[in-house]
Amino acid sequence: MIEEQITEVDKCNSKNARPPLSTDIIFEINDLKKYYPVTAGFFRKNVGYVKALEGVSVTINRGETLGVVGESGCGKTTFGKTMMMLQRPTAGKLLFHFPEGIQDLTALGGKDLMPFRKRVQMIFQDPYSALNPSKKVFDAFDEPLLVHGHRDPKERKEKIVKSLEMVNLKADYMYRYPHEFSGGQRQRICIARALCIGPEMVICDEPVSALDVSVQAQVLNLMKDLQKELGLTYVFIAHDLSVVQYMSDKIMVMYLGRIVEMADSSLLYDSPLHPYTQALLSAVPVPSIDAKRKRIILQGDVPSPINEPSGCPFHPRCRNAVEICKNTQPELKLAAKDSNHWVACHLASSTNYE
Amino acid sequence: MVSDRLVLSVDNLQTNFQVGNQEISVVRGVSFAAKAGQTLAIVGESGCGKSVTVHSVMQLLPKNGKIVGGKVTFYGSDKVYELTSLKPFGKEMRSVRGTRIGMVFQDPMASLNPVYKVGDQVAENLLQHSKMTKKQARERIVEMFASLGIPDPERRVDDYPHQFSGGMKQRVMIAIAMICNPDLLIADEPTTALDVTIQAQIMELIGSLKAEKGKSIILITHNMGLVAENADEVAVMYMGRIVEQGSVEQIFHEPCHPYTKALLRSVPVLGRGRAQRLETIGGSTPSPSECVEGCEFANRCEYVSPKCWSHPIPSYEVEDNHLVRCVLFATSEDKR
Repeated sequence: MIEEQITEVDKCNSKNARPPLSTDIIFEINDLKKYYPVTAGFFRKNVGYVKALEGVSVTINRGETLGVVGESGCGKTTFGKTMMMLQRPTAGKLLFHFPEGIQDLTALGGKDLMPFRKRVQMIFQDPYSALNPSKKVFDAFDEPLLVHGHRDPKERKEKIVKSLEMVNLKADYMYRYPHEFSGGQRQRICIARALCIGPEMVICDEPVSALDVSVQAQVLNLMKDLQKELGLTYVFIAHDLSVVQYMSDKIMVMYLGRIVEMADSSLLYDSPLHPYTQALLSAVPVPSIDAKRKRIILQGDVPSPINEPSGCPFHPRCRNAVEICKNTQPELKLAAKDSNHWVACHLASSTNYE
Repeated sequence: MVSDRLVLSVDNLQTNFQVGNQEISVVRGVSFAAKAGQTLAIVGESGCGKSVTVHSVMQLLPKNGKIVGGKVTFYGSDKVYELTSLKPFGKEMRSVRGTRIGMVFQDPMASLNPVYKVGDQVAENLLQHSKMTKKQARERIVEMFASLGIPDPERRVDDYPHQFSGGMKQRVMIAIAMICNPDLLIADEPTTALDVTIQAQIMELIGSLKAEKGKSIILITHNMGLVAENADEVAVMYMGRIVEQGSVEQIFHEPCHPYTKALLRSVPVLGRGRAQRLETIGGSTPSPSECVEGCEFANRCEYVSPKCWSHPIPSYEVEDNHLVRCVLFATSEDKR
């Protein structure tokens, strides 16, 4: 039964992947793994690995937003960095759909990645450390444009003005230094910088978690408007489920480097299947005093990714855990045949829709 | 345990900071009262002076900070303390800190000393304030750890902070604050550095202190969700002033001040999905050094009128115990 489903999915994946240009897939990630070695002793002997990513596969469609949620240490930032090829994956394939055809990024290096970088940009968590304090905003924009082959200074300046206006900042702000801006303005500068070379896809790693609530709303709305205007694809990484749900079409929940559940945004909220997702959803405080909800309080902490528990990585904290969870690791499979709801839980069908 | 007995009353508290040659007022006349057995939440964005307010209450200001006016009164079970008249490091103030008022700080990673065992850090408080032998103190701490849900407390008291996870460290911080059995616990953003699932654990724990032991709690946070779920009374702060205060029902059902309204509408609510549109508050939080006459929120407010700038604005009572510092409600006051 399970195998049947998997092969079916494989088939459907490969069917979508074959003809380039025709489909609206932009990025395919296959079985992505990233291990960090743990060393000990004087000779830095390798004593084990931190398994930050353990076989993550996901397909990202053009123009949609993929939300990535999880607790700290679940590998969501590593996921962003690895798919950006800022860090080389240990194993797995990163298939990016260029107009010329599909290219596996893991086979490329150095300068060969430039066309990819032009199409995919990144926004980082902390706008205070993402801008060089000793350089004017102009320089922060000028360099990426120059690197990506815009030789004409006049054209570069035009592009900078255009992208600053896009994020509702005045054009003459480019002659200022980062310290002259507030947190929200800085994050908008970072967004403008990511957009100035005209990417198709933007990876946002916790873009609003360093901002105040009133400013957070400005940035989130701006990002949504820009997506509509420019047809951008987002990968939105955050720990705040309500923010992720506000931004995303599809949400991927991660736990200890694995996807535990993935579904459309509303589906995931209405009928979470994995007990971890259920607990995560119930733990988010809701700013309303009328909402009386059943709260699931998880016991304990996220286990260390060095010594992972056997079987299902979530079983020591799971309230439904049974014998099979301790021994066998569940695979990510479709919850129902025609749904788009993926879950990695042995009991997903029996815990049913709540 | 709901009663009208007060544990702490703060009256027109003003705190200034000396920065270079400039004196900046960070807390500009804050008044509130915490009732016994209840949770008072102080909400506001970063830089609004909520932390400075409670640090002033505890007289734990940095060297360049100074209380320039107002009165803080703490009603202990046996004695009434006038906290502002006590010497910050005098004997009496030190006995209030720890035994009468406990405090949990924002960042558990930075608040514990990494080179001492956690048990010894908790014991310090006990040995200072009560005549206990080290052995008795240890027993008491093991008991405390167990009641706070730290597994294997007998062994864990001899561990160092780095051996604890973030949530466990925050439990140790709560143990330090609660070990001398104070009446009031001040929690300054206790869960900001923690994950949501751990946040739920810690808030449950703080809630049980109130429910089971009848402690009063002052919760400082910027998360409206936490306020809705944990508070009885709410005070909303903006730029060193309380702009609105009332019961949690009043604040969430009938928010009056434009800032409170905007704050409630600008956070995404889980379950409403992508269709919702967040309302934004234009501009950004002004710096406390830019002092303005009248209402501080006026330049970001959608209902702004010339009256907002003209004179200092008092707090108007729109309902019982529901105070709003906004000229929009001046008329309703006059009618009464």
